[in-house]
Amino acid sequence: MTFNQLTIKEALDALTSGSLKIEKLYQDLDLSIQDKNKLYNIYLNFNTDAKKEAKLLENTQLKGLPIAVKDNFCSKNLPTTASSKILENFIPQYESTVTKRLQKAGGVIVGKTNLDAWAHGSSTETSDFGPTLNPRNPDHLPGGSSGGSAAAVAADLCLAAIASETAGSIRQPAAWCGTVGLKPSYGRVSRFGVIAMASSMDTPGVISKTVEDACLVLNSFAGPDSRDATCYQNPAPDFSKFLDQDIKGLKIGLIYHDLEGLEEVNEKLAQELAVLSQLGAKVEKVQALDPHHAIAVYTVVQRAEVSSNLARFDGVRYGKDRAFFGDEAKRRIMLGTFILSKGYAEQYYNLAQKVRTLYLNDFAQLFKKYDVLVSPSSPGFAKKLDASAGSPMFGELEDILLEASSISGLPGISVPYYRDPQSNLFLGANFVAAMWREDLAIKVADAFEKNTKWNTWRNR
Amino acid sequence: MSGNNYQLVCGLEIHSELKTKSKMFCACKNDPFAAGKPNIHTCPVCLGMPGGLPLANKKAIEWTIKIGLALNCQINLFSKFDRKNYFYPDLPKGYQISQHDIPFCHDGFLDTSQGRVRIQRIHLEEDTAKLIHQNNYTLIDFNRSGVPLVEIVTETDIKNAQQAKEYAQKLRQILRYLDVADCDMEKGGMRLEANISLKKKTDPDGFLPNYKVECKNINSFRFMEMAINYEMERQAKLLDQGQTPKQETRGFSAESGKTFSQRAKEEAEDYRYFPDPDLPPIEFEPAEIAQIKQELVELPDQYAARLSEEHQLSLDLAQRLVKNKKRAEFFEQLLILAKREKIESKKIINTLLNKKIDYHLSDDPKNTIEEYKKLNELEEMSPEIITELIKELLQENQDVVEKYQSGKTEVLAFLIGQSMKKIAKKVDVNLVKKVLLDQLNN
Repeated sequence: MTFNQLTIKEALDALTSGSLKIEKLYQDLDLSIQDKNKLYNIYLNFNTDAKKEAKLLENTQLKGLPIAVKDNFCSKNLPTTASSKILENFIPQYESTVTKRLQKAGGVIVGKTNLDAWAHGSSTETSDFGPTLNPRNPDHLPGGSSGGSAAAVAADLCLAAIASETAGSIRQPAAWCGTVGLKPSYGRVSRFGVIAMASSMDTPGVISKTVEDACLVLNSFAGPDSRDATCYQNPAPDFSKFLDQDIKGLKIGLIYHDLEGLEEVNEKLAQELAVLSQLGAKVEKVQALDPHHAIAVYTVVQRAEVSSNLARFDGVRYGKDRAFFGDEAKRRIMLGTFILSKGYAEQYYNLAQKVRTLYLNDFAQLFKKYDVLVSPSSPGFAKKLDASAGSPMFGELEDILLEASSISGLPGISVPYYRDPQSNLFLGANFVAAMWREDLAIKVADAFEKNTKWNTWRNR
Repeated sequence: MSGNNYQLVCGLEIHSELKTKSKMFCACKNDPFAAGKPNIHTCPVCLGMPGGLPLANKKAIEWTIKIGLALNCQINLFSKFDRKNYFYPDLPKGYQISQHDIPFCHDGFLDTSQGRVRIQRIHLEEDTAKLIHQNNYTLIDFNRSGVPLVEIVTETDIKNAQQAKEYAQKLRQILRYLDVADCDMEKGGMRLEANISLKKKTDPDGFLPNYKVECKNINSFRFMEMAINYEMERQAKLLDQGQTPKQETRGFSAESGKTFSQRAKEEAEDYRYFPDPDLPPIEFEPAEIAQIKQELVELPDQYAARLSEEHQLSLDLAQRLVKNKKRAEFFEQLLILAKREKIESKKIINTLLNKKIDYHLSDDPKNTIEEYKKLNELEEMSPEIITELIKELLQENQDVVEKYQSGKTEVLAFLIGQSMKKIAKKVDVNLVKKVLLDQLNN
């Protein structure tokens, strides 16, 4: 075993006890990166000062541990491309709030990870810099849009990764790569310095090896930020205090259990959830609003916001004109422009916002009865390479189980619940809680992870 | 049909930059005119860089509501910012943050000497960057990008160019009284836009013609007056020929005194407005609005009315004292002191307005009063000498004396004036008049 395979918690303990020197960790990491990065196409750019920075951070919370950052977070003096050719030569002169706080807490940016261009997709195949391969099985996709971050964690090319989700972009790749993906409540984390996709849903979060690690990393950057008007005003709790908690008496609703085509993943999930009942939680099936409408709502709202958010790349600045937009971005810009046009906004955009309210109300009702809702994170295992080609709705269909909670702003966390022995591919379970109740989702996900055999770092 | 068979249908849209310390949606200094160098007051937000997020300037919102209250508007307790999407090199985000369907203020009015001008809405938005066109390239200065900008839109109540000018001047006066805007027209701190069309005089009230000509970016009141008058003539000619003037945007050339076509606007533009997801809606409590109302300063019309009443001045005269706040305050101090000194208010005001005393608004009014008193001090001269001098004068002007005695008593004023000249000292004019009458009637 090499030191880059440690979890955040293990590495922090080893550094504290003196059994590990940070230089040694970075040596192992460098070797792994040399070995695997070209193969999987995970990092687009590296921070060449990472090791140097890490040495100075011994007395910080994260002690200089190497963190991967999705390449849609602006990082001062490091290229930030959103995996689009348009920003190929863009080097921000400012730092996103997330990466600034991460660094202040002692995290070191190893490099910037690949994503679907502009975070448009669920495969990382729409990246202008080539697809990322799934380290669990390189014939398959890592999911997306945070495919690079999920792959970096799965391949141990970092100790944890920063990612962002609009609807599924953290949890779906986390599930496909057999890692943990934590999407906090919308507004829990500042969006300042994150290249906007759909502003009313974009949420920075973490992809990590364990639920515990996700909490430790989230602790470094969650909380109010005066640079983001949509950021929640209340201070964030210490998320790690929700670990190792008794879940006796918690009520867990199993949603989307009767969706057609999901029989296999749902059956496996139901089996695995038995462990929660054994721990004293009450698990039962419950009906939630049909998630198919959420796809429509999400598609309309997201395309509309995308068409406006990408308008700044008008060819005047950044050195590359609009011809450098990929097909997916062009499709979304055109659809969004149409959706907001006079005479159509009422039929599409305004109607979508009304239906969005129906989902909010449905979840409000469900959370009166349940502490946590659970379903698979994705309809199936990671798809094969090229699966997204020619399928403009690929992402929306892959994220069907996540979009309803995303348009509602809810926090969710995906943890592995099955590994297929033949393909070495994983399934993830998505635990969702009410707004600002990450605590409940973390409690249940942590208990589930620690009492099942699927987490590859806990079960080495 | 000739020109005077038409009635002007005109509404104004006036943009004014607010003089808050920082810009509308970021912490950059709001100082586009005195910056000295281009692009120094900029940041990722007002440059529209990826990841930049807007934060609304509370002061600017408060000031917009203040303007609304000063213009008798209703205030929306729930409001929001919207994105107005369009492409232009001076708009780095590809959209302007503005307000679409719920402006901060609506349904107010401003009274002019030619009647009430209703105000449809007042909203707050961000200014664009400044384009500086060179021979074959264009430079962009982002110092102005994101400066708070209010837009004040009237109903089509303007009846003629003169009224348009008066409305705009009064509006500027109010904005300056409120101390929220400098309204520097030349630099573009205040920009005028007139929507102009004509209807037949026989058309009913509230009738709107089926076309509209927008005259944009006019930077002086006089030019706006000229532009409206020019348009009225141009459009009347077209209508006389049975044509409908083109729906278009026109500019105004100060050199030719004419408007010129800039852009055809056959269809309404589609700005694809939608609520800005980066900015939560803004909600006010009625008590907060009441508080802003309470803090409103006395506005020029009220100020003039009060001065007129408290100091027995005609309203016209009082209006001339309140052109700006500093002036109004100077004259009010002066009038209070004058009252104490038993100086007639009208007299001292006229003396000052006729520039018989050199004064500055920064002067201590006490000194001005002293100067006035000195000016009006009489010089000593014995009645005997005065009588002698008048006798002399009358002998030199026998023809005038004869005119007077034949009944043309209006020459008396001339003789008083001549007497004062001959005496060449500041003496009591009533005494001179008395001696003169004595001599003439002898």
